[in-house]
Formats: sequence, structure tokens, C-alpha cells
Amino acid sequence: MSKPRLVLIGNGMAGVRTVEELLKIKPDHYDITIFGAEPHPNYNRILLSPVLAGEMQIKDIILNELDWYAANNITLHTGKEVVRIDRVKRKVIAADGLEVPYDRLLIATGSTPFMLPIPGNDLPGVIGYRDIKDTDEMIATAARHKHAVVIGGGLLGLEAANGLKLRGMDVTVVHLGPWLLERQLDEVAGQMLQKSLEDKGLKFLLSTQTEALIQGESGRVAAVRFKGGMQIPADLVVMAAGIRPNYALAEAAGIYCNRGVVVNDTMQTYDPKIYAVGECVSHRGIAYGLVAPLFEQAKVAANHLAGYGIGRYTGSVTSTKLKVTGIDLFSAGNFMGGEGTEEIVLNDPYGGVYKKLVLKENKLVGGVMYGDTADGPWYFQLLKDQRDIHDIRDSLIFGQSLVGDVGHAGNSKAADMPDSAEVCGCNGVTKGCIVKAIKEKGLFTLDEVKKHTKAASSCGSCAGLVEQILASTIGGAYTPAALDSKPVCGCTDHSHKVVREAIFKEHLTRKEAVFEILNWKTPNGCDKCRPAINYYLISSWPHEAKDDAQSRFINERAHANIQKDGTYSVVPRMWGGLTTPAELRAIADAAEKYNVPTVKVTGGQRIDLLGVKKEDLPAMWADLNAAGMVSGHAYGKSIRTVKTCVGAEHCRFGTQLAMDMGVKLEKMLFDMYAPHKVKLAVSGCPRNCAEAGIKDVGVIGVDSGYELYIGGNGGIKTEVAQFLCKVKSDEEVMEYAGAFLQLYREEGWYLERTCHYLDRVGLDYVKGRILEDEEGRKAYYFRLLDSLKDARDPWQTSREAEPIKQFIPIKLEA
Amino acid sequence: MNWKLICKLDDIPQLGSRVVQRATGGDIAVFRTADDEVFAMHDKCPHKGGPLSQGIVHGRRVTCPLHGWNIGLDDGHAVAPDIGRCDTFKVKVEHGDVYLAV
Ligand SMILES: Cc1cc2nc3c(=O)[nH]c(=O)nc-3n(C[C@H](O)[C@H](O)[C@H](O)COP(=O)(O)OP(=O)(O)OC[C@H]3O[C@@H](n4cnc5c(N)ncnc54)[C@H](O)[C@@H]3O)c2cc1C
Ligand code: HEM
Ligand code: SF4
Ligand code: FES
Repeated sequence: MSKPRLVLIGNGMAGVRTVEELLKIKPDHYDITIFGAEPHPNYNRILLSPVLAGEMQIKDIILNELDWYAANNITLHTGKEVVRIDRVKRKVIAADGLEVPYDRLLIATGSTPFMLPIPGNDLPGVIGYRDIKDTDEMIATAARHKHAVVIGGGLLGLEAANGLKLRGMDVTVVHLGPWLLERQLDEVAGQMLQKSLEDKGLKFLLSTQTEALIQGESGRVAAVRFKGGMQIPADLVVMAAGIRPNYALAEAAGIYCNRGVVVNDTMQTYDPKIYAVGECVSHRGIAYGLVAPLFEQAKVAANHLAGYGIGRYTGSVTSTKLKVTGIDLFSAGNFMGGEGTEEIVLNDPYGGVYKKLVLKENKLVGGVMYGDTADGPWYFQLLKDQRDIHDIRDSLIFGQSLVGDVGHAGNSKAADMPDSAEVCGCNGVTKGCIVKAIKEKGLFTLDEVKKHTKAASSCGSCAGLVEQILASTIGGAYTPAALDSKPVCGCTDHSHKVVREAIFKEHLTRKEAVFEILNWKTPNGCDKCRPAINYYLISSWPHEAKDDAQSRFINERAHANIQKDGTYSVVPRMWGGLTTPAELRAIADAAEKYNVPTVKVTGGQRIDLLGVKKEDLPAMWADLNAAGMVSGHAYGKSIRTVKTCVGAEHCRFGTQLAMDMGVKLEKMLFDMYAPHKVKLAVSGCPRNCAEAGIKDVGVIGVDSGYELYIGGNGGIKTEVAQFLCKVKSDEEVMEYAGAFLQLYREEGWYLERTCHYLDRVGLDYVKGRILEDEEGRKAYYFRLLDSLKDARDPWQTSREAEPIKQFIPIKLEA
Repeated sequence: MNWKLICKLDDIPQLGSRVVQRATGGDIAVFRTADDEVFAMHDKCPHKGGPLSQGIVHGRRVTCPLHGWNIGLDDGHAVAPDIGRCDTFKVKVEHGDVYLAV
């Protein structure tokens, strides 16, 4: 059967991002064709400003090289405009007559600069500022001519004016509003901005309306005339008075448009086969003109195009940053205030700092900052989170470091931080690491930085700082790359990679040997490195390296989860989520006998007994063992559960025996320790009731076998698993899944989930090892089975092991 | 000083601990380092009361299992940047027996 066809109109930032997201979660699903009116592959439009300013070159801003299209089997037509959509025959028609049929169509035609309807607006020398062509023309003009007039004092206009000035032109910005950026700044900040730009040599005409553009003798524009008669010379006029969404094509095809292609929360237009994203879209009446919201749209559209149907786009709050080197301004939300709002203002005209925060009912609803914007992202976060700020109100205006819940006091100026400074304490990510990832991987949003670097992905307290780094980096202020060789912890200068390799190459089997050979700075490590080393030892040398209980976190020592009051929770394993009346009876008995206060069904399809005293653990295990149950490892960096649906055993839709497959996998993986927890799921058909799409390994039954997905995660940030391959038999499921998990066990860094591992090495690498190298795969699978061959129930082991003393308190007689 | 015999040194694992329960006054955690030094303190983290006895012992420190504060075994002080202190008790080891002063 041939694949369904997806056609994308608009080879720009939002459209191509959607395709990238789609390929990530469901590669090979569609035959993809992309039409782009521009003669270039997809590039980073945002960075046209630094290109104009001479800080970057066109080649630096290409996002997807032609190779990328080829490698993903995408048919790309550059320089080819689509002129018609035939919805009845489901095809698009290009200017040169080329017709391409579609099953799904994605419209991402962006927008065009708004050309003021005044006489002379079509003269040579009058342009908008939107693409590479415009930028080239401005650069060429600047080399030959003197006078430039930019119409519009918004973000785009100011960036254009700044660039032209840096290229030696005499630049005047004409603005209709009473102050610059009146949609982003209040009057005070607008005036401060104007002053700084005037210091750079720009000229401004505010509250001024342009009436006509006058042609010179050469035929090109020569002057601009304003209402009232004033006239100034102009060899170049840049219109930056707004943008107009490109929806004419969609409208002509009868798709409902209203100042943009109207879409619902799944980015679907009124024609269910047609989706739209980007600046051409009108979502809940809003057309966005910044990339962050467009990328959110892209993610949602991709998920729906992939047929997963998860996720809705519900709109975005945006914030503003001007990319003119040396000028710091930030604004967000309702910064003008109004009925029912209060303002906190800090104004230091000599220091060039101005901050205004607008509050309503103890919540931040908007703010403007000029001069010192370090806390902008933090305020923005408070605003988005709708956090109640009455407790920090007194010091709010002074920023995050004075409020105190940061953990990074003194480091708040992102731009001043050295590359080696640690930004994210939870995951040990340095500023250099983040900057490198932003540059090399072309990241734009906090979420992407989180995903690629892990920074801000845990407690999130450094999210503001990461956003600042992002802003200053994308703003053109690039710094040289730093190496990603973060030490494991303060006890050593070596990275996880070095430690792992040393353990393997030097055949180290004891932690003492690791400390000695790698010159550890502490006598016996710390709570960060000891568990990591212990894991590396036992996973590199199974049966040989001895597990060191004292290097394990308490949960793995007590085979139970410690709770906040110091009691424990006990979770017996239910293979594949299956249980029996006898097991349930034994659980009920144990719950009563040991006064378990809470009994809960977990997300992993088993039963949790919470609030058990540590000293009762051994006896309780003995009772559960006697009923045939074993530990569920609900506490470990280890195999947790294999969730299953009822599958073909019972379900009328089932194509495969999901329960049986799940039980087999869970038995195979019993007692498997890993860099982090590992969860699997098996569904009997693509309806996927077991939610296999967010598991480390997800198995989905189809008529002809099973589809395998890897690297999913339902944690702090939901991560959809990526398609690995399709296999025919149960045995193959075990072999492929087992081999992948062993690869992860051997190469993952401690506390790195499969999704992070996958991000680091890339899906192609894993495919190379598991799919393309049959011998290699079998070897991984064999090593997994070998290391688990003597697996024993840890409850039984620690119950029977002498001593079980750790569970028994010493009673002190009075 | 009232020295009480609590257990043999070997009853405490190296880099591990035991809990001593009292009728009143709360539990006491007794730790043994890699060098067979023994320390004792309230089994109650100065942060939010976590059971320090269940933490990972390294050098002369223990890391609380609940939120990862590090507490000095010899003086009971939380390691910077955290601030707090846990009461310590005197312990001695004689002929392989551990005595606790209560
Ligand atoms: C100079 C400049 C600076 C900017 N700075 C920032 C910034 O700092 N921060 C920020 O968030 N945003 C910034 N933006 C805005 C950002 O670039 C846009 O929001 C984003 O590019 C919009 O993406 P899109 O995919 O919707 O449109 P585009 O990226 O414009 O892509 C649309 C593409 O579709 C093509 N196309 C249109 N019609 C057809 C057709 N019929 N057939 C084939 N192809 C067609 C167009 O040629 C274009 O290549 C800036 C924009 C500019 C111009
Ligand atoms: C139309 C036919 C469907 C049938 C007959 C069906 C049947 C079932 C059954 C029997 C279960 C329980 C499975 C178990 O206990 O293992 C279940 C669970 C579930 N189903 Fe469906 N399902 C259908 C469609 C869907 C669809 C379309 C979705 C998602 C979009 C879905 C999502 C889920 C989820 C998430 C669960 C797990 C709920 C939980 O964990 O409590 N189902 N379904
Ligand atoms: S995934 Fe398919 S087989 Fe399994 S319960 Fe849902 S509908 Fe039935
Ligand atoms: S209770 Fe010990 S660190 Fe929080």
C-alpha cells in the first residue's frame, strides 16, 4: 500500500518545523512534498536582522540544508509558488502548472509586509523587510546610496533602521505613534529607547504621517513627503508598518478565513484534510507574529497529522525583545495598566534603568523593562503562571535574586556569566553547554533547550536564566562553543563518559578502584557519584562486580519507597497488570495485618500499600512472598512495569495478545537495573489503550505483528515515543526491545532516561545498532539475558540475607 | 555521663547506620564511616525532619534521603549553602563494642 501524501505550502519556519516534529514522532508515515516560493531552503528569518547588521551571514542562518530534505525523502520545490488548491480533486497547482495530489495539506504561507496605500509605493527602492531578497537589496543599496527612510517604529522597523545605520546610511525612522514601540512599551520606556537609538545616530519623526513617495530622475524613489508638506530625501524606503497574513490562496479555495486562515485548537481549518500553522493563521481571533507561539502550533499540528490526536493549542502569551545589540528592553502582557490595576515603578534615568510592573489582584499582569532586563523572563514566568505574588511584592521590583527563591543569586545577568558557570543545578548544565546547543541545534524555545540540554527540566527554578541566555544568544550575541564534559559531581573532574569508559576498559569491578584510578578528590565519593559508579560497575561487569548496598539510595536498599514521613510504600509486582483473587486476598490481609493506612491503584496497573513502618517490611514481604508475589521494583532505577491492555484475549478490536506479550516482557526484564527507571507498555491494537506512546519501550499490536516505539516519557515533560521498527513475532519483540534496553543500559548515563539518551545519540544511531546490525542486536540481547539470568526477588534476598539488621531498630531501655 | 552499650561495631555496616529507639526523646542514628569512625545524632534532619539514618554516608557526611541536604556527622551542622543543625551524641568504641552517651 502506498503512503498517504502530505503537501506543505510554504517552506518557512512554522511549516518546516511542523514537518520536523512529525518526522520525530512518526517518520515514514507520509510521502511529503514541500513548495516554497523563495529560492532557498528553510532559513531562520529572525536572524535576518543580525545579517543586515553585519553580525552574521546568510549561510549561518540556514536551518535545513538541502541534504536534510533529501535524507528525509522530502520532495522540495523551491522557487515555486502554489497558485491554486483544488479541494475537490485534492491537489495543489503551482505557478508553472505542476500538480501534486494530497491526502493531507498543510498551509504555512506566512505573511507579507504591509505596503502603505500611498502614491509611489511601487517605485524601485521601496521595499518591505521580510526575506533574504529584501535583506540583499538593503545591503546592496547601502553600498551605493546615502539616505534611508524606515516607515514604522516597531520591532521590525527599528531592527532594519539599526542595520542600515551600521551599514553607513543616514537613517530616519518615521512613526505614526506618539512614541516608539507603542505596542510593546509605555511612554517612559519608549523615550529611553529613542534616546539610546539617537545616540547611535538614528533620527526620528514621531506622530508623523507619510503622504507620498516621490520619484526621482533616475526613476527610483528620491524623497518622502509627509502630511503638512515636509519632505526629506530618500534613496531607500523600507515599509515596516505591519504585516498581512497570506491567506488569499486558502480563501480562494473556499476555506474559511477571517484576517487569517481560521483554525481550531488542533490547527485544523474548516476543511478537515487541511491544516494550517504560522503567521497566516487566525487562531481564536489572533494571528501571531513571533516564532515561539508558531512552534507551539507546529507541535500540535504534527501530533494530529501523525494521527495521535494528542494536544491542543490554546493560544500563547507573548513577550517582546528587541534584537539591537547594546539595547535591552523587554515587555510582556498588559504593561499599560488600566482599570483595577496597580503599578510598581522603578525609574533611574541616570543609570538608564526603568522598570514598571502592573499588578491586578495580587498577580502580575504585565511589565516593561528597559536597561536592565535580566529579570524579564522571570517576571514573564510569574505572569504566565498566574502566581500569587503578595508574599514577594515588597521586593518584586528588584528582581529574582532579591526575592530569594532562585538559588542563583548574583548570577542573574545571563550575558555576563562565564561559559563555565552552572545554570541548572539539578542537572549540572553550564551556560556554555546551553549556548552551544542553541547554536548547533538551532533551538528557539525554552522547551527545546530543556530537551536538548536538560537544563531547567527538573525543578525549573533556572528557567528564567535559560530564557535570558536564549534571548541573548538568538539576538546575535554569539560566544565560542564550550566542550560538554561536565564532571559527574564535585568529587571529580571526570565526566560520566570518562568514568564509564574507564570502568569498562580497565575492567574495574570495585568503587575503590574507580576512586583510585580516576583520582577521586574525596575518600568515598558522595550521594551523586556513588550510585552512578555502583550502577556502572554492576552493569558493565554483571555477576562479577558486587552490588554495594551502601551506594544505593535508600529506596533501593529497603526495596520500598521512602515517604515524606519516613514510612515506606510496598508495591508487589502484578505481571502485565494481571492478578488473581488469591493475590488480592493476600494483599488485603497484609494491609490489615500491618495497619496500612492507604491502599491505592497505581498508574502502573498494580496496588500500592502506603505508610508501612520500616521494621515491618521484612515480615510483610514474607507474607506476600508466601502468596507467590515478588517485588514490583516501584522504587528503583530499574524495570518498573509493563502496562498492558486487555488485547485480543478479550477485546473485540484486539489484533495481538497484549496481556500475554506484556507478561513475557516483564518476566524477561525482571530485576533489571538501568540508568533510570524503565517503563513499557503493550497495546493490542493501534487504539493503544495501554498508552504505549509515552513509554521507554512501547509495543503496539497490528494485524501483521507489532510496532515498536522507544524513548517515550510521561514525566515532567511528556515525550512521545519514536517509531523504531515493525516486527512480526513475539520473539522478535523480546529481542528488539531487549537489545535496545541493553544498549541503553550500557551507554546511558546514570539518571538519563531513554528519551534523553535518545536525544543525545540520535535515533539513527540506535537504528544502526539495533536494526541494521543483526549480529550486534543479538549480542546486546544475549548480554541482557545473561546479566539477568540469576535474577532473584530482592525481597527474598534481603529478607534471608544475614543480617536483616538494617530493618531492625536497637531498642534502648530507659 | 551515662554510657550505654548499644551493639557491636560489625552490626553497623561500613558507610551505613543503625537506628536506636528511645522511650522518649526520639530516635538516634548511629553512623559508621569507611574508616570505622562512629558518630551519633538525632535521626531527624534539620530541614524537614527526614530520617538521616536512611541516607547515603560519605566521608564524614550523610545525605538526607528526602531532599538531599548534607549533614556533617561530627558536628551535626548542615553543609553550606543549607543552614541548620542537628544535635549530636557522644559515642565510643571499645573492644568492638559501641557505647552511646545518653
Ligand atoms: C527581519 C525579521 C526579524 C524577526 N525577528 C523576530 C524575532 O526576533 N522574534 C520572533 O519571534 N520573530 C521574529 N520575526 C518573525 C518571524 O520570523 C516569523 O514569525 C516567522 O518566520 C513566521 O513563520 P511562518 O512559517 O509563518 O512564515 P515564513 O517563515 O514567512 O514562511 C512562509 C513561507 O511560505 C512561502 N510562501 C508563501 N506563499 C506561498 C505559496 N503560495 N506557495 C509557496 N510558498 C509560499 C513564503 O515565501 C515563505 O518562505 C522576524 C521577522 C523578520 C522578517
Ligand atoms: C472504540 C473502542 C475502544 C474500546 C472498546 C476500548 C476499550 C478499552 C478497555 C477495555 C480498556 C481497559 C483496558 C485495560 O484495563 O487494560 C480501555 C482503557 C483505556 N482506553 Fe480504551 N477503548 C477504546 C477506544 C479508546 C480510544 C480511542 C482511546 C484514546 C484516544 C482510548 C484510551 C484508553 C485509555 C487511556 C485507557 C486506560 C485507562 C486507564 O488506565 O484507566 N480507548 N479501553
Ligand atoms: S488497544 Fe486495541 S486491543 Fe487493546 S483494549 Fe484497546 S481497543 Fe482493545
Ligand atoms: S528533610 Fe532532610 S533534606 Fe529535607
